[in-house]
Amino acid sequence: MALDEFFVTGEPLIYAGMVSIALVSAAIIFLLTYFKRWGWLWREWLTTVDHKKIGIMYILSALVMLFRGGADALMMRMQLAFPSLEFLNAQHYNEIFTTHGTVMIIFMAMPFLIGLMNIIVPLQIGARDFAFPFVNALSFWSFFLGAMLFNISFVIGGSPDAGWTSYTPLAGAAMSPGPGQNFYLMGLQLSGIGTLATGINLMVTILKMRAPGMKLFHMPIFTWSTLVTCFIIVFAFPILTVALALLTIDRIFGSQFFTLTGEGLPMMWANLFWMWGHPEVYIVILPAFGIFSEVIATFAKKRLFGYSAMVWSMIIIALLSFIVWVHHFFTMGAGAFVNSVFSVSTMLIAVPTGVKIFNWLGTLYKSKIEFTVPMLWSLAFIPSFILGGVTGVMLGMAAADYQFHNSYFLVAHFHYVLIAGTVFACFAGLVYWYPKMFGHKMNERIGKWAFWLFLIGFHVCFFPQYFLGLDGMPRRLFVTNIAEWLPLNVISTVGAFGMGAGFAVFVFNIYYSYRYSEREKTGDAWGHGRTLEWSTTTPVPFYNFATVPYVDEIDPYVRMKEEGKTTFDEKKLKPIHMPSYTGQPIIMMGFLAFASFALIFEWIPLAIVGLLLAVGSMIYRSFDYDDGYYVPVDEIKRTERKARGL
Amino acid sequence: MKSKPLPKWLGLLPLSLIVFLSGCGQMTVLNPKGPVAQSQYDLIMYSLWFMLGIIVVVFALFAYMIIKYRDRPGRKDSDYDPNLHGNTMIEIVWTVIPIIIVTLLSIPTVTTLFDLEKPPVTENQTTEEPLVIHATTADWKWFFSYPEQDIETVNYLHIPTDRPIEFKLTSADAMTALWIPALGGQKYNMAGMMTKLYLQADEVGVYDGRNSNFNGEGFAFQTFKVHAEEEEDFNAWVEEIQTESPELTQEQYDELLKPGLTEKTAFSSTHLDYVKHHTNEGMGYTIENFRELYDAKLHLYPEDIERQETFD
Repeated sequence: MALDEFFVTGEPLIYAGMVSIALVSAAIIFLLTYFKRWGWLWREWLTTVDHKKIGIMYILSALVMLFRGGADALMMRMQLAFPSLEFLNAQHYNEIFTTHGTVMIIFMAMPFLIGLMNIIVPLQIGARDFAFPFVNALSFWSFFLGAMLFNISFVIGGSPDAGWTSYTPLAGAAMSPGPGQNFYLMGLQLSGIGTLATGINLMVTILKMRAPGMKLFHMPIFTWSTLVTCFIIVFAFPILTVALALLTIDRIFGSQFFTLTGEGLPMMWANLFWMWGHPEVYIVILPAFGIFSEVIATFAKKRLFGYSAMVWSMIIIALLSFIVWVHHFFTMGAGAFVNSVFSVSTMLIAVPTGVKIFNWLGTLYKSKIEFTVPMLWSLAFIPSFILGGVTGVMLGMAAADYQFHNSYFLVAHFHYVLIAGTVFACFAGLVYWYPKMFGHKMNERIGKWAFWLFLIGFHVCFFPQYFLGLDGMPRRLFVTNIAEWLPLNVISTVGAFGMGAGFAVFVFNIYYSYRYSEREKTGDAWGHGRTLEWSTTTPVPFYNFATVPYVDEIDPYVRMKEEGKTTFDEKKLKPIHMPSYTGQPIIMMGFLAFASFALIFEWIPLAIVGLLLAVGSMIYRSFDYDDGYYVPVDEIKRTERKARGL
Repeated sequence: MKSKPLPKWLGLLPLSLIVFLSGCGQMTVLNPKGPVAQSQYDLIMYSLWFMLGIIVVVFALFAYMIIKYRDRPGRKDSDYDPNLHGNTMIEIVWTVIPIIIVTLLSIPTVTTLFDLEKPPVTENQTTEEPLVIHATTADWKWFFSYPEQDIETVNYLHIPTDRPIEFKLTSADAMTALWIPALGGQKYNMAGMMTKLYLQADEVGVYDGRNSNFNGEGFAFQTFKVHAEEEEDFNAWVEEIQTESPELTQEQYDELLKPGLTEKTAFSSTHLDYVKHHTNEGMGYTIENFRELYDAKLHLYPEDIERQETFD
């Protein structure tokens, strides 16, 4: 393969991308070398199996991906507001909306939430780590390398351009030749391993490693949302794995599962994709509901209203999420009866969701609301999400959906639920638990600036799109060529840049707070913590809990504070068993990433070498008898006395 | 403690929605020109009232909570109850009401769904017998074949008013969708399948139609104008095509199937005898013959679309 086929050529924007990638990589390598940080990086981060550090790496990667997906979004908005600038051509626009969607869902929303789960769930249930810390590291590296693989596509080989849904036959080898679509398949496949493994890992952690006395219905609501999400992951992700594998075999080895030739079944892809894809939507929204519940209860200074109704509605939503996938293609002509069934099942989801909304309002009733930044994000979620929710019900009415489908009405709807739901929750959760992660809060004043810019930008950007949809503007259109559509598109673009500014301020706040924020002295940073994570010291010791607390109620930390108790009991100290750090996960996944990269370019011998190395490293791992080490009581005592100022 | 009430103006959002809606007469979907679009419009409007009701209730409750229960100096402790955690009665109420709403929305949805599978019936129809038009897509153009009239148009469509049209949808390659928002909702065109879509125009006029399902580089260009005209005008047009347009040969049709853009043309015969894209035998026809052509890029910019529209 010639070099000019390997690298993407001819686009000034992409040359700029290449230069900035080269510069940033060079800068990172220089800084690490100059400050002699390579050893530190390897010992403390790349080989870590500590759930808190892995969580931080997840969140940092997700923020980078949010930047990338956001940059894609701004380019699209530029193009649609100023079509006469000739900023992008059709092909380039198609690549950008494809990567925007894929990056935001797979490499931003899920990792961000999984990062928060990583850090918080073990702390909430009084556990010292995940059930399988090694697998947790493996999961992170599979996600990270999958994301990197997907992201380099725009400079090497060419980006995928068939939409994040990658519908066949368009995405098949015949109509989308070249490596672009393979990047999509292998990037998702590689990171999907990690998601599935995390689902199993967290499920086992929550089911088996809760503090003594903690029944399922004593668990904090965020942990509950994680548990329900894990069940969805475990049932939904195998479908994606199989679908991706079949399409990969189609494209690379010439089978005919989804092709037009050889009597393939191209529409089967749409079914398989959405049988995973709809549950996927709930994978990114249920944890968000969990975060909002925690934040609202904390800053309302009140118990969560209707705890068990909240739990049951999540369980019902999870079950319903598996029987609504057809609503993504009501227009496929399945017939009135099939569409009726899926129409009703879709609208039924509004019932448990409505119950949750009312329970949040019930939590606010007779409360004392403190408007901190995480609370602002959570409160703004309620009215914003309602606008997305009711339009979701309208889309669920199949007969009307024939008019909404594939239009900007749909685009507005899913951005309203995914941004007001998932993105607001990511910000709320990050700001809320930030002091637990980094030992200082994010600046509140700058945080409010970021919040208002983003919130107003969000509504200005997406509210007009409902009307564009009703005026017949289809999604994925690279040009605003009908004059009536232009004004609303310009407004929408202004809003998008407002969101961009909000994100920039948010990121600046991370730097500003690192420099200037007051360092935390207690573990209960906000003063109103209700659950076990706030009972730990800040910074959290690597073993989390020196002595495992006994819990037999919801919000155990409220009573602990009233009674002046802590989870620490020096008399009960025993040596703590902890897992050893290891470089095997990153190496194992490195081999798999290498094999995937080779497969993308259909270099079969190299792919086989990579696969053999990966399998070899797994065999090597199975003979590894390092089962961790014990932290001696003296060391625990020293650490705890220092942290608690005893 | 410093406390600031949350955006009170958020409560005004539903009002702004009403303001917006008052200007909606111009929006295509909300300005139906035929019975199918009308039934969908009715359904949308019916549901919109429920949605507005939900929005108003939730926004009002939300505004009440965040204003009344914000932590402000001098607030009485009597209305702060940190251990209040449930109320079975009210929880049942707010579960049952959404169930009622969903039921009320489901009934007209289901009846409309079944109605849309049949040709529409209106009072002033010239005939209840639908006019059959095969609508076939190939990257990135539309073929409209009229089997009874034995004519075929490319990238434009003529239909008589006050008569149901039965579109038989299929595709020669990627999945697409026929959408004429003024006349009604869309359905997919799929190779190896044939879907049926009934539409009807009540008013004479020129309407926008397009492929609404993304299918690659030329997607934005795959549009067409729908000329709805009185029966006599339509018949005259058919006769003109029958007499003045050339026949469509298989070589010509193959040429048109190749991925790319084409200007509007008409023929006095159809492609339906050459290849049946909706059958298992025909679904791979385009790919088998022109597979290597899908590698080329057209490099389409917004100015190209303006150039194409001068064909009108």
